[in-house]
Amino acid sequence: MKKLINRPDDVVREALEGLAAAYPDTLRVHLEPGYVVRADAPVTGKVAVLSGGGSGHEPLHTGYVGRGMLDAACPGPVFTSPTPDQMFEATKAVHGGAGVLFIVKNYTGDVMNFEMAAELASAEGIEVESVLVNDDVAVTDSLYTAGRRGVGATVLAEKIAGAAAEAGQPLKAVAEVCRLVNERSRSMGIALTSCTVPHVGHPTFDLGDEEMEVGIGIHGEPGRSRVALRPADEIVEMLVEPIVADLPFEPGDDVLALVNGMGATPLLELYVVYRKLHELLEAKGMRIVRRLVGSCITSLDMAGCSVTLLRCDDELLRLWDAPVSTPALTWG
Amino acid sequence: MSLSVADAAAWISECARVFAANRNYLTALDAAIGDADHGVNMDRGFAAALERLPEAAATGDVGALLRVVGMTLLSTVGGASGPLYGTFFVRLGGACNGKADLSPGEWVAAFDAGVEGVRFRGRAEPGDKTMVDALLPARDALRAAVKEGAELPQALAAAAAAAGEGMRATTPLVARKGRASYLGERSAGNQDPGATSAYLLLKAAADAWS
Repeated sequence: MKKLINRPDDVVREALEGLAAAYPDTLRVHLEPGYVVRADAPVTGKVAVLSGGGSGHEPLHTGYVGRGMLDAACPGPVFTSPTPDQMFEATKAVHGGAGVLFIVKNYTGDVMNFEMAAELASAEGIEVESVLVNDDVAVTDSLYTAGRRGVGATVLAEKIAGAAAEAGQPLKAVAEVCRLVNERSRSMGIALTSCTVPHVGHPTFDLGDEEMEVGIGIHGEPGRSRVALRPADEIVEMLVEPIVADLPFEPGDDVLALVNGMGATPLLELYVVYRKLHELLEAKGMRIVRRLVGSCITSLDMAGCSVTLLRCDDELLRLWDAPVSTPALTWG
Repeated sequence: MSLSVADAAAWISECARVFAANRNYLTALDAAIGDADHGVNMDRGFAAALERLPEAAATGDVGALLRVVGMTLLSTVGGASGPLYGTFFVRLGGACNGKADLSPGEWVAAFDAGVEGVRFRGRAEPGDKTMVDALLPARDALRAAVKEGAELPQALAAAAAAAGEGMRATTPLVARKGRASYLGERSAGNQDPGATSAYLLLKAAADAWS
């Protein structure tokens, strides 16, 4: 294992300390329990938006803390859900009297820990709404699985719910627009390599030089199938077809597209992916009205990419375009 | 034989030793069908519980001791196993509040409450390839042995053996809960890491109290 770290046990804490040192005007970091809040938290009268999950997906979630997006993020250990006490302390730190929205990626551990945190917050008289993100079309959604995973749509949900909260919308409305983003988003990803968890020291799964893993999540868990590596254009087709068929997206749709790198894929390659995505969607009569190309929700040092599409309307676009000021996303 | 505060503390110490010794083994099982963190998480949780053990044992209350363990696991393990094992110990402790000694019958009732806590939190059914597949057979074996008049050490040995069988029986199953369920059919052929840690927990009790 070659990593730019000191000791595996210190990675998460030292990254948080680095984040705090780099962005003192944007956010504050609390250690033990670990959470990140925007610099001016709590904002009185505003709904607070809180998310969290295992570390290793940076910039998600800590890099999206700031004005116009998340009020708080709770990072767990690498690929491991944060704990209820962390979430509860973060909730109290950002609660401005208008309630708190939890944005939860649909993983068994995250769901259970956020559930327990919501129980603790309710007992304290803090109103909490939770929205589950489950946009990954690679997973069959049935009674027989833990359900679809939350992946790329999480970034879009955090931005748009954050904008709604910033605009002064009440908790129910912020939760509703967040659910709408999830309902209208679909994602799928592939891996060219596995990733190496610092504590483990070797790749989570073995992938031959001529192989790729289709339908991966963001925790280095293997996907649904392993196939021979092929050119980027064919890979993009393999990702786009199931996404479009699932919602389904239709001719005439305006979409927001996220072309996401898994952590070790150069932007050069992501632009190659975007090129083909643009061409494919145009041929289907769809229009990409906004896009994000970059490593936004990663899986440590995995090479690969995911594509997320969100069917947009004027309201969602307005919220997407609203000013945001976080370490990883800034405009307006 | 009854179960004292010292016995409960000995169980938790043995758990800490066992999860440290099996850290890589559990993580390797998890790497095959999950996300390669189960051994690391359990080791971190029980190491933290071990640190708080003297203070928890000083209460002279088996229930209080087990609740401290539960709250510690809840705040240190993370993942799915944190809330599941946290709930297990909190419910286990809640069922023997204020007691300095537990009869075998009281222990059976407490263990029952702990297992029900896991089922409530994780909503898993038998055969879903989870820790429930080790815990339920253990509960039944424990209950049956105590009913037949077995002493606690024998009853716990029977419970650990049943958990072991349940654990091995998860190997051919297709996972329907947790991260392994994303693999669908590919999860079959691997022993479930959660059922394995549940077996280790029972085995630690049998060894500590033999």
